[in-house]
Amino acid sequence: MEVVNEVGQATVVTLDKQSSRAREFWKKWKKQKTAFWAGFFILFLVLVAIFGPVIAPYDPYEPNYDATLQTPSLAHWAGTDEYGRDILSRIIVGAGLSLGVSFTSVFVGAVIGTILGLCSGYYGGWIDRLIMRGSDVMFAFPDLLLAIAIVAILGPGLTNVVVAVAVFSIPSFARLIRGNTLAAKEAVFVEAARSMGAKSSRIIFRHIFPETVSSMIVFFSLRIGTSILAASSLSFLGLGAKPESPDWGAMLSMGRDYLATSPHVVMIPGLAIFLSVLAFNLVGDGLRDILDPKTKN
Amino acid sequence: MFRYIVKRLMEIIPIIFVVSLLIFFFIHLVPGDPVRLAAGKDATLEEITRVRQELGLDKPLLSQYATYMQNLLTGNLGHSLKTGLPISDMFANRFSITMNLTFMSLGWALVLGLLIGTVSAVFRNKWPDYVGMLTAISGISLPGFWLGLILIQIFSVTLGWFPTGGVDGWKSYVLPSLTLGAGIMSMLARFTRSSLLETLKEDFIRTGRAKGLKESVVVRKHALKNSMIPVVTIAGLQFGFLLGGSVVVETVFSIPGMGRLLVDSIAFRDYPVVQAVILLFSLEFILVNLLVDILYKALNPKIRYES
Amino acid sequence: MSENIIEVKHLQTQFTRDDRKTVVLDNVSFHIKKGEVLGLVGESGCGKSVTSLSIMRLFKDTTGEITQGEIVYNGTNLLSMSENDMRQIRGKEISMIFQEPMTSLNPVMKIGEQLAEAIRLHLGYSDKLAREHAVSMLTKVGIPRPKEILAEYPHQLSGGMRQRIMIAMAMSCRPNLLIADEPTTALDVTIQAQILDVMKQLQADEHMSMLLITHDLGVVAEMCNRVVVMYAGRVVEEASVYDLFDEPKHPYTKGLIGSVPKIGQKRDRLDSVPGNVPTPNNMPKGCKFAPRCKEAMSICWEQEPAIAGVGENRFCRCWLYDEEGRGANA
Repeated sequence: MEVVNEVGQATVVTLDKQSSRAREFWKKWKKQKTAFWAGFFILFLVLVAIFGPVIAPYDPYEPNYDATLQTPSLAHWAGTDEYGRDILSRIIVGAGLSLGVSFTSVFVGAVIGTILGLCSGYYGGWIDRLIMRGSDVMFAFPDLLLAIAIVAILGPGLTNVVVAVAVFSIPSFARLIRGNTLAAKEAVFVEAARSMGAKSSRIIFRHIFPETVSSMIVFFSLRIGTSILAASSLSFLGLGAKPESPDWGAMLSMGRDYLATSPHVVMIPGLAIFLSVLAFNLVGDGLRDILDPKTKN
Repeated sequence: MFRYIVKRLMEIIPIIFVVSLLIFFFIHLVPGDPVRLAAGKDATLEEITRVRQELGLDKPLLSQYATYMQNLLTGNLGHSLKTGLPISDMFANRFSITMNLTFMSLGWALVLGLLIGTVSAVFRNKWPDYVGMLTAISGISLPGFWLGLILIQIFSVTLGWFPTGGVDGWKSYVLPSLTLGAGIMSMLARFTRSSLLETLKEDFIRTGRAKGLKESVVVRKHALKNSMIPVVTIAGLQFGFLLGGSVVVETVFSIPGMGRLLVDSIAFRDYPVVQAVILLFSLEFILVNLLVDILYKALNPKIRYES
Repeated sequence: MSENIIEVKHLQTQFTRDDRKTVVLDNVSFHIKKGEVLGLVGESGCGKSVTSLSIMRLFKDTTGEITQGEIVYNGTNLLSMSENDMRQIRGKEISMIFQEPMTSLNPVMKIGEQLAEAIRLHLGYSDKLAREHAVSMLTKVGIPRPKEILAEYPHQLSGGMRQRIMIAMAMSCRPNLLIADEPTTALDVTIQAQILDVMKQLQADEHMSMLLITHDLGVVAEMCNRVVVMYAGRVVEEASVYDLFDEPKHPYTKGLIGSVPKIGQKRDRLDSVPGNVPTPNNMPKGCKFAPRCKEAMSICWEQEPAIAGVGENRFCRCWLYDEEGRGANA
């Protein structure tokens, strides 16, 4: 009876806290001017990614040999590439690819990393040691190199890029979550153990997780930026997306030969990557300033 | 101090062991038959058998591993499937090229990063700060290959100051190292800024000002040294970032270094080379981290005396 | 020529946090005569340290700023000086030592250099002369093996030694005024006595003025000629040290003195002053001490008393001593 009551009461309190916390957050968010606008850009990006194929003015795959390498004009806002394909349409569809790949890979990495981190922090002992040793080994490889190695084994292609980026994201998440879990364990466990006994593990997951969520969100946002860069680098190296696909990195790779004569073929996809990563980094920074102001100046 | 070094070396050995083990298994993780993939689509049965023997895949796993470790310890990195040349020979020249590139990049990154970070901290919240930090966050967000191509377009093609690629004297390294160093420079700038700002709030800085020292002296003599310690550590740790980035930069600038070799070998499915490059990079990375760790302890007199 | 080395007049200092300005010092006035030791006493949070930082104008990298008042040193208002001129004063004419000897010295710089840089800057000595001077200062503050210490780092020394070094540093350029902010608070009791002795000796030798900030009445009794008592960012009493201990006027002072155990006195419980110092953003209307005052009258809750003379060279901010009785203010 009491346990249910306690838990019930706890949920009511959390809900109340949640709505005013949300308002607090929005107030602080508005103050972070650069992050605020970057947030809108990301929203825009997500919309483009979702509705890309519908809003693209031309077919991103259809070659048009009469209109190759045209500089930006009214007909083609971003010009055309060496096959006459409209670059703007390819960028739009490519947004879906980039965001899709990075969100998926970071999400997968986050989930696995979180589970590992929670287990590692909560259970301790040999599980902890095993997981930490494993992540040490993974940290022994530089990021991109690890991704390249994985793609080298599995072969090129976007799915394998997702796997590679997910894998190299895992140890960082695991470390982060483990740290938070350990800290929360100290704080909550003592009280929970004292008052509730058997239900403590549930309560711990209920309480630890919300505390870790904020640092996870910050980290997640920053990792998206990293993974967009990693994925496009892999595509650029020919290890990722197929060359015909409108993946931004692949577009750069293909357009390289025309750098001197038609720089827009290279500049525009690169700009797309740059702005996207910049937006995510700004948002991540902004989030970190709000959620963990001690780490700023 | 010495004890610490030994302790760290002891810790490193199992990691190196596991890493080499993983790399060894590399070939075995390839889905499908690596031999067929390496030999190519039209390979005859003879060729396939030859390649299998080359790779030592016809022997039992344990003896494969024994041979592998034996070879490693004697410095034999195997032979390239494509050219048949001993890999260690292939590495010789390329290694120094990549090293030149990496160190030059680190140099740029340190100099520019520290400069921008310090200026930002000293002029906190005024326009030099905003410019500096915007540059920094852009640097982290820039795709290396794009930056490289832009630099080529402006400085090589249009202005003709530097060659567009290849390795031909020190000039060839300028643009690539700027490109490679950009990401780290940005990280260092941000970190220097926050580290310096933290240091400036410390009590002993107030003491320095109370003595009537000029602000520039306080920053230069008292604050910088203290805030440099964590920054230099981070710089060293970014080395791995450089190794990964070198792959991209070498591709963009057509530099015949280790990174290019890696990418080319993957395209050719020249597994022995891929394995060897990854192994070398990983070892480098681990050792540099160790060195940085030791350096950090050595630089910080607090810790030096405590242990 | 004034007989005062420094006069603080109507000083007001505020801090800003999240766009909110908080007044930390309000209308603080006092003076220090040449060669005298003035004690500045009060609980934590009453503004003693901020007062010292205001005199030295050491608010860089904090949100503090002086909004009103004058600080007249040797005839010039420090608050109207340029930063350049102020730097000539710091370390040379007015020096300061801080509470935490552990963190107030640069951990990665040798002691010798930390001492020498001020000497070279203000006295213009060469490297060699500066080192010799540093050694003599270290000897004066009672540091053994001064020559070897020059080459050591702060963490190799104990708290007491570090504080001696701070004193040596502060005195090395022969300042006219030494501000000591809780110099012994962070030290062991036995070391405290030693440090106080060193300071007393130096003060007597150099005939230096000193502003000694502390919450410890024992230190006040031993070192000071006159005392200023602060509460909630205001001066509430000013008297010679004898008068203060003999016959405290302000209820707060009475409480402070009453809470110090006296030898020979038989008490079951020590008197303490109930309640807490109000935070700057929650100041009561009227006298700031009223909520904790045993002798509070109705006017104390309505209006803040002004500081008034209550005897020869004595001042007190309290309605109890208002000559016109309650109602009017002085």
